[in-house]
Amino acid sequence: MAKVLVFIDNPGTALKKSSLELLTLARSLGESVVALNGELHSSVSTTLAEYGVSTVLRPSSEDLDDYLVAPKAAYLAAAAQSTGATIVLLDNSPEGKEIAARLGIRLSAGVITDVVGVDADGTAHKSVLAGSYNTACKASTPVSVLTVKANNVVPEPAAAAGAAETVTVEVPAGSTAAAARITAREQKVASGRPDLTDARIVVAGGRGLDGDFGPVEELADALGAAVGASRAATDAGWISHDAQVGQTGKTVSPQLYISAGISGAIQQKAGMQTAQVIVAVNKDAESPVFEIADFGIVGDLFDVLPQATAEIKKRKG
Amino acid sequence: MKIIVLVKHVPDAQFDRHLNGERYTTDRDESILSELDEYALEAALQLAEARGGSKAGNQVIALSMGPAGAVNAVKKSLQMGATEGVHLTDDALAGSDAAATSLALAAAVQRLGQDGPVDLIITGMASTDGETSLVPAQLAERLGLPQVTFASSLDVDGGRLVARRDADTTSETVEATLPAVVSVTDQINEPRYPNFKGIIAAKRKSITTLSLADIGLDAAQVGHSGSWTTVASAEERPPRTAGTIITDEGDAGIKLVDFLAAQKLL
Ligand SMILES: Cc1cc2nc3c(=O)[nH]c(=O)nc-3n(C[C@H](O)[C@H](O)[C@H](O)COP(=O)(O)OP(=O)(O)OC[C@H]3O[C@@H](n4cnc5c(N)ncnc54)[C@H](O)[C@@H]3O)c2cc1C
Repeated sequence: MAKVLVFIDNPGTALKKSSLELLTLARSLGESVVALNGELHSSVSTTLAEYGVSTVLRPSSEDLDDYLVAPKAAYLAAAAQSTGATIVLLDNSPEGKEIAARLGIRLSAGVITDVVGVDADGTAHKSVLAGSYNTACKASTPVSVLTVKANNVVPEPAAAAGAAETVTVEVPAGSTAAAARITAREQKVASGRPDLTDARIVVAGGRGLDGDFGPVEELADALGAAVGASRAATDAGWISHDAQVGQTGKTVSPQLYISAGISGAIQQKAGMQTAQVIVAVNKDAESPVFEIADFGIVGDLFDVLPQATAEIKKRKG
Repeated sequence: MKIIVLVKHVPDAQFDRHLNGERYTTDRDESILSELDEYALEAALQLAEARGGSKAGNQVIALSMGPAGAVNAVKKSLQMGATEGVHLTDDALAGSDAAATSLALAAAVQRLGQDGPVDLIITGMASTDGETSLVPAQLAERLGLPQVTFASSLDVDGGRLVARRDADTTSETVEATLPAVVSVTDQINEPRYPNFKGIIAAKRKSITTLSLADIGLDAAQVGHSGSWTTVASAEERPPRTAGTIITDEGDAGIKLVDFLAAQKLL
């Protein structure tokens, strides 16, 4: 059976949903082995066993987090080589993709990013050119490295729990020599709202908000949604850059995307047009966003959004 | 300082973009300099200018790999202020994936380092066509250099660079020794427009054309044969079509909620 190596970085005391998705996907492709970085809490160990993981690998050094990606890639390459894994799965975060990039060179392995599904033979599915094509790609090398987007697999524990044994992997000497060092790290304040990339609903605002994100935030909270923004809004400093959806921001594929006061420029569409349902509120009937909206309202968002928020609260009781 | 900026010639996102041919490669008619690479070029120009510009011996070399038309990305870079241009072009390069592209670019960088060491290689955060962000990290791995990706600020002091990177929950300061590979985000600066003087000056600047043989690679190492991934199929998604559009008559908020309820999204 193929060995599938899953990289899990600093899980803390509980595995993230995206990690559970990777473990579920790995199991459908072969025998799953985890390469972990950071502490291994007993609660995480238990979950790994529940998800059918046979082996948990840990790095011989503890300072991988002090550097940018290079030593993590070196560790993962050693882990893949020592286990004979033919598929390596990572999450699709910017860091996941970069580790995958370097790992690919170390293993002479093809790398496919933004994967939404993997067939039994290793063929990966992804969409390209801002969601305008669905493609099937395959690595032509003995090992393939795939970074998988969140929310495409339903996490499910294994029928029978595994008994994960722990093995230490020697991180190649010198892998930190040519790496950039992280000299300071600041934690940002959490909003308490769902994470934008995995949210089921996103309410996004643009220049039309004119500096006041209140109506967007209130509607988002009534819907239990994440808040997104266009670049015009983040550039103006009305909301943090982390909220930007689009080509140079985040790509989201929620069940529902509500766009308010956003014109729908191509770079904004690039980040949201794979949403299942798109609702647009905009004063200008000519805005390109209406070309892709399932439900469009030509109107002032300062009237429409608060009315909708009040109505949702009323119906939810 | 000697800085190489990687500039890619990509299909203009304002138009419909297509995958063509048996192997589904991107159609490169109507291509332009990738907008995200303009930030890389601007970052390089600012570093060079802060050190006295080309008069003080600072070089900003715009390097583009691609078919004949890719020379336009190099020309635009020269108009913006790059001191030299290099166009790596060879029919065998067509269809290269990130692995093959990074191999060719690494060889080109080594070749450009023969007449004096390269201090920095700066790239955009992603190309606006492939959007994988793999190339900068793969280039760094191949050259054995530190990589600093997604820099939103960049300072160089002597042989050391300091950059800032913003992730979702953290913001980091990173340091590396030169030479290094840096990719920059669109937050780092505001790229300049080529002015009239720049456009005239660009005409006098030289563009070197390099072939595969010039960088010591053979055809089997690049293009489709040198790529480690293949595209088995590509299907154009039916474009999204507009749904219902209403004009607010004072009750659009309620109608919005009715719509959400009907879609079972509440
Ligand atoms: C390299 C590059 C990368 C980019 N990356 C991104 C990206 O990742 N994400 C992104 O979003 N953009 C990106 N952009 C910018 C993009 O091209 C647009 O400029 C941006 O999306 C515009 O934001 P906007 O729609 O909020 O503003 P505008 O285009 O100014 O539109 C504002 C809209 O609000 C409407 N409006 C105003 N007042 C009201 C009101 N009271 N009620 C209802 N409607 C109102 C107006 O009719 C208008 O349609 C990028 C650009 C470049 C060059």
